Amino acid sequence: MPDTVKLEVFRYRPEGEGEPLYETFEVPYRDEWMVLDALNQIKDHQDGTLSYRWACRMGVCGSCGMTVNGEPVLTCATYLEPFLPGPIRVEPLHGFPVIRDLVGDLEDFVGKLQRVKPWIIREEERSPSEGEYLQTPEEMDAYKRYSMCINCMLCYAACPIYELEPGFIGPAAIALAQRYNLDSRDEGARERHEVLAEHEGVWSCTFVGECSIVCPKDVDPAGAIQRYKVDATLDFFRSLVTPGRSP
Amino acid sequence: MKSQARIPTGRISDPGYPQASNPEYTRHHPRWYRRHMPIFWWLRKFAYTKFILRELTSQPVMYATLFLLGKVWVLSRGPEAYEIFVQWLSHPAFLAFHALVLVGLLFHTVTWLNLTPKALVLRVAGRKVPGWAIVGAHYGAWLGLSGVILWILAGR
Repeated sequence: MPDTVKLEVFRYRPEGEGEPLYETFEVPYRDEWMVLDALNQIKDHQDGTLSYRWACRMGVCGSCGMTVNGEPVLTCATYLEPFLPGPIRVEPLHGFPVIRDLVGDLEDFVGKLQRVKPWIIREEERSPSEGEYLQTPEEMDAYKRYSMCINCMLCYAACPIYELEPGFIGPAAIALAQRYNLDSRDEGARERHEVLAEHEGVWSCTFVGECSIVCPKDVDPAGAIQRYKVDATLDFFRSLVTPGRSP
Repeated sequence: MKSQARIPTGRISDPGYPQASNPEYTRHHPRWYRRHMPIFWWLRKFAYTKFILRELTSQPVMYATLFLLGKVWVLSRGPEAYEIFVQWLSHPAFLAFHALVLVGLLFHTVTWLNLTPKALVLRVAGRKVPGWAIVGAHYGAWLGLSGVILWILAGR
């Protein structure tokens, strides 16, 4: 095993040279090190100005998503070892404007997430005295997979459609909309339908499928989107044969 | 009397703000770097290339459908018209073209059928049908129908 490994890190300093460039850093190699550990070594010992996001270091917070050798990954869950002998290229996630170095601007996603109303909507709220909303294990199983999303944005970075059509609501937001649509306690599917069934909703998706491949939590946004397409189509035909029913 | 402290504008001309060489940059209106999608983005990853090929091979699917309808129309014009049509199809150029169409059709069919479990979530007796069973059922139906067509043709 080598003593060191080289990292080619994407640098963008808007107040400096203005144009992005790659800087090469040599970091000590450790078998148990993740790419994030190597970035922390650079920040702590070589260049304190290097900017990137991270928090939990255990694949839960979804902050440290970056592009490593062309693949969107959580850097806290990606060993250095498979990339030996290097160099390892670390870039920000594709599809998002870069604020600085490895930090992308995720505001667009936050806005889209709010549009799909990712919370339980009730036509009539029950008072707490009436007790909790009960749910069987099968009912929970219907949406649980989609509830595992950590908003890490790897699915957006893997989706070429999001880069080509920035209006696209995108994989995670649609998966989270489905997480609530399929929840037996929720009654908001019709409200979400207005956003999901428009062109920039599910119909922008051409089913590349990479969002589900890169998802570190096995959420399967591609599956969520295709299922919604089937449901929306069936709903449309039902509305044709059932007068007064809106799609 | 109230005194009013000057609110920093965040502009680089502002005293106290670190001098920057880029005049367009301001602290509160950062100048993002936006990467442009190259025209050959679909060569970036094998998965993207496969996706583009799957989308492109929907054209042979459309062609095959129209061709089948055309063939039925020619058949309705009588046996002589159909005979001329078949002779026309036997031309090497047509044979080569149709061989290419067949490759496209097979690629599209296989890649498409492999994706079916993503769109179909079926439950039988309360249990989720596994993906391989959904794909298997599609291949089974495809092979079964092809077998029926071959059996009819062999019986001629």
